[in-house]
Amino acid sequence: MKNILLVALLFPLAAFAADADYTLVISDHRFQPSELIVPSGKKIKLLIVNQDATPEEFESHALNREKVIAGNSKATLYIGPLASGRYPFFGEFHEATATGVIIAR
Amino acid sequence: MFGTVIIVFREVLEAAIIIGIIAAATRDVPGSRRWLIAGLLAGLVGSAVVASFTDVIGSLASGIGQEIFNAIVLGIAVLMLAWHNIWMASHGAALASSARSVGGDIRDGRRACSVLFLIVGLAVLREGSETVLFLYGIAAAGSGGQSSMLLGGLLGMTLGSAVGYMIYAGLLRVPMRWFFSATSVLVLLLAAGMASQAAHFLIQADLLPSLAAPLWDTSAALPENGLPGILLHSLIGYDARPAGMQIVFYMTALITIVIGMKWANRPRIAIRSTTGAV
Repeated sequence: MKNILLVALLFPLAAFAADADYTLVISDHRFQPSELIVPSGKKIKLLIVNQDATPEEFESHALNREKVIAGNSKATLYIGPLASGRYPFFGEFHEATATGVIIAR
Repeated sequence: MFGTVIIVFREVLEAAIIIGIIAAATRDVPGSRRWLIAGLLAGLVGSAVVASFTDVIGSLASGIGQEIFNAIVLGIAVLMLAWHNIWMASHGAALASSARSVGGDIRDGRRACSVLFLIVGLAVLREGSETVLFLYGIAAAGSGGQSSMLLGGLLGMTLGSAVGYMIYAGLLRVPMRWFFSATSVLVLLLAAGMASQAAHFLIQADLLPSLAAPLWDTSAALPENGLPGILLHSLIGYDARPAGMQIVFYMTALITIVIGMKWANRPRIAIRSTTGAV
């Protein structure tokens, strides 16, 4: 029963991994890439993959977004449409190392 | 350690402010204290459960499960706060003048208590689960310095609870004449702020259009990560860069609850003309 549930959960995971517009990877409490260039004026689907064992919270005041990503898992969120500019973000649980910026052009 | 204090403080503060206001508002409802503590305990247990299922919740609905979950929890909280305020608008005066021995009132009081239980439980559940995750992360990292981080967490928790208690104690000092107006305005703004937050999560999940994002930007004048911004966020739902849809939700909740309160208070106005609850 538990396996069926897991498989059922993996299907949408695989599906949304494929059509994400942009991906950020968290490993060793850092974002990869730390600079992400996206087109301005367009809604963007962002996939965040947390490869660390510990949870992280993606947060950006400039983007007005926050989302917890459990350890070793993925999550999607939508941002924009953005005006041209720099939008810093950080991992709230590891603010010392997990920082980055989304640049909209 | 300082970072830990701030993070835990912020999470605890939001729940503590809600509990402080609700505890003051229901001080005359019989049995409210017991239900409040029960809500607190249930919320703590619930937040541990939610925290341990974060990955499952997060991967539901193609990766937007967390937003849907938060929006549902916030939506229920808004409904409960609305019900509470409308109920208080018609029963508050009677409770205060201790004319509460009528059978119907006791049954109503019990319903008010279960609403109280839900409001407190949901507030703790939402804010608590993030705190649990954060502290779990520290504990699991095993990189040393955990004891100072956990001490920071404890300090943040104490500070957050202290602010909630200050709001509670401050409200109890408000003279009786203004007490119901004061608490119901605070509850009203809490509910509107939560409605705005619910809209925020649904926009983040792309289930609602943002309308205009951001509608304005006051982050330079009143940043959301400064203490005044944090307090205003918890109290009235302040957002430095709100989307248009958030304002629509905020105003809809505000206006609907005010109309409900006016409606509930109508017969009393006819008997004796004191101004309405808002």
